Amino acid sequence: MFKKYFFLSAMLLTLLTMFFGCGKAKVPITMAGSTAFQPFAEKLADQYMQSHNNVTITVQGGGSAVGIQSANSGAAQIGMADLVTLPQEAKSLDAIVVAKDGIAVVVNPKNTVTNLTTDQVRDIFNGKITNWKELGGLDAPITVVSREAGSGTRSSFEQIIKDINLKRDALIQDSNGTIRETVANDANAVGYISHGLINEKVKALKIDGQESTAESITSGKYKLVRPIFLLVKGQPQGEIKNFIDYILSSEGQQTIKSNGLLPAK
Amino acid sequence: MKSLSEKGVRRILMAVAFSAISALLLITLFIINEGVPFIFKYGVGNFLFSSDWHPQQMKFGIFPMITASLWVTFGAMLLGAPLGVAVALFLSEYVPRPIMRIIKPTIELLAAIPSVVYGFIGVIVLAPLIRNYLGGPGLSLLSGSIILGIMILPTVISISIDSILAVPQSYREGSLALGATTWQTINMVTVKASKSGIIASIILGLGRAIGETMAVIMVAGNSVNMPHSALDSVRTLTANIALEMSYATGLHRQALFATGVVLFVGIIILNSIASIALRKRMVKG
Repeated sequence: MFKKYFFLSAMLLTLLTMFFGCGKAKVPITMAGSTAFQPFAEKLADQYMQSHNNVTITVQGGGSAVGIQSANSGAAQIGMADLVTLPQEAKSLDAIVVAKDGIAVVVNPKNTVTNLTTDQVRDIFNGKITNWKELGGLDAPITVVSREAGSGTRSSFEQIIKDINLKRDALIQDSNGTIRETVANDANAVGYISHGLINEKVKALKIDGQESTAESITSGKYKLVRPIFLLVKGQPQGEIKNFIDYILSSEGQQTIKSNGLLPAK
Repeated sequence: MKSLSEKGVRRILMAVAFSAISALLLITLFIINEGVPFIFKYGVGNFLFSSDWHPQQMKFGIFPMITASLWVTFGAMLLGAPLGVAVALFLSEYVPRPIMRIIKPTIELLAAIPSVVYGFIGVIVLAPLIRNYLGGPGLSLLSGSIILGIMILPTVISISIDSILAVPQSYREGSLALGATTWQTINMVTVKASKSGIIASIILGLGRAIGETMAVIMVAGNSVNMPHSALDSVRTLTANIALEMSYATGLHRQALFATGVVLFVGIIILNSIASIALRKRMVKG
């Protein structure tokens, strides 16, 4: 009985190997980095592989720092990073902006505040303003929610707002999704998440009178915007260049747009 | 022929046993190798007793995390240990055995619930309750302690019951025959006789509480902050490692491994204190 199954499965395995072994060898491309862009990269890679079956694209996360590191070391052909200014280690890499992402400052829908200035946002996160009353809201303490050190969203946010020295008792959550959940559950909380992830459970505030809409982000009126970079060592060539060209083509940009990010141009 | 296979089995089992030990040894060596050089480079005092944790500015002080870990664990023990032991005594001494045999496995099932689920319940149910009735952000030292206290219950209850049931029935009969009430018998005979097992169950619970990560990340709020009250948000040592590991590179990464070393040493110290206390008790008893 056992032998029979063993033989059968061995046959099947051989057949499968033969089947997949046929055809030309595929060009492997690995992408790694920004978790904000990861789902988009996966979608783009899927679409690209459907029309170009000579390449296999693997998409990995790890964060912007990992993206820069692995592009440098060659562990990935394409690194992904979502930082406002790229660090020193990325200077030797070819950086291509493929999309833009707005960062929305979000509060609970019950909150009566609708607009904050950049200075007010800074004071809230630094702990200078601690009650919603000071901002024209209800008399309630502000619960500040931020991301962990090293997050691309956090460093972009802090670079744009400038001079942020996060107050000590701010809550720390480790993803856009958990920040949204915390803010949705706490009437007094304020946090920041990627523009594409706003839903009806949270309310995005205007910053300096500008709403975080797709139009105001692309036109540059809304202040909290970060570019999403693809990083390649040396000039992109061959299949890597083809893939990046595809992402920048109108079809690729449309995919990015319809899934919540904003096109590069 | 028979002795040959006997020897073979012995060898195989020995190899298996050693592979378990060597895995432990390798993990220990790896953590020490990655973390200890950093501690000495950065300075033991600076690392352990500074409360500035700003990885971007190369400041790595884990004092708030050490304090938080100890407080959260202490809180969990305060809730979980008495409750667990009380439940164990009730189930083994007051409840008829057949019913206990149904309830005990049900309690043990609690241990099979993934910690994410406990964390989720903490976020959805416990944190809003604390926020609305006691104040603060809700995600706090208190909510972490309560969730951990519940999580250690199955460990404490199940091992305590086992050790209480191991007390010979004749002890209880002797006590009752001398005219003691049920409670007097439990208090003066059963608990005394099963003390070492009860303490062991609490130590195991302690180990689980201090090492728990996922549930604590979800309910404790994770701010790097010296707690001033039970309603403040805190970050434990385990949460610090898990939160930042995915982004950390270079010195920051080493600092997280060093956090692991501190946690490791802390657990060893706690366990040895507990087992020394246990041995003393047993010698006295």
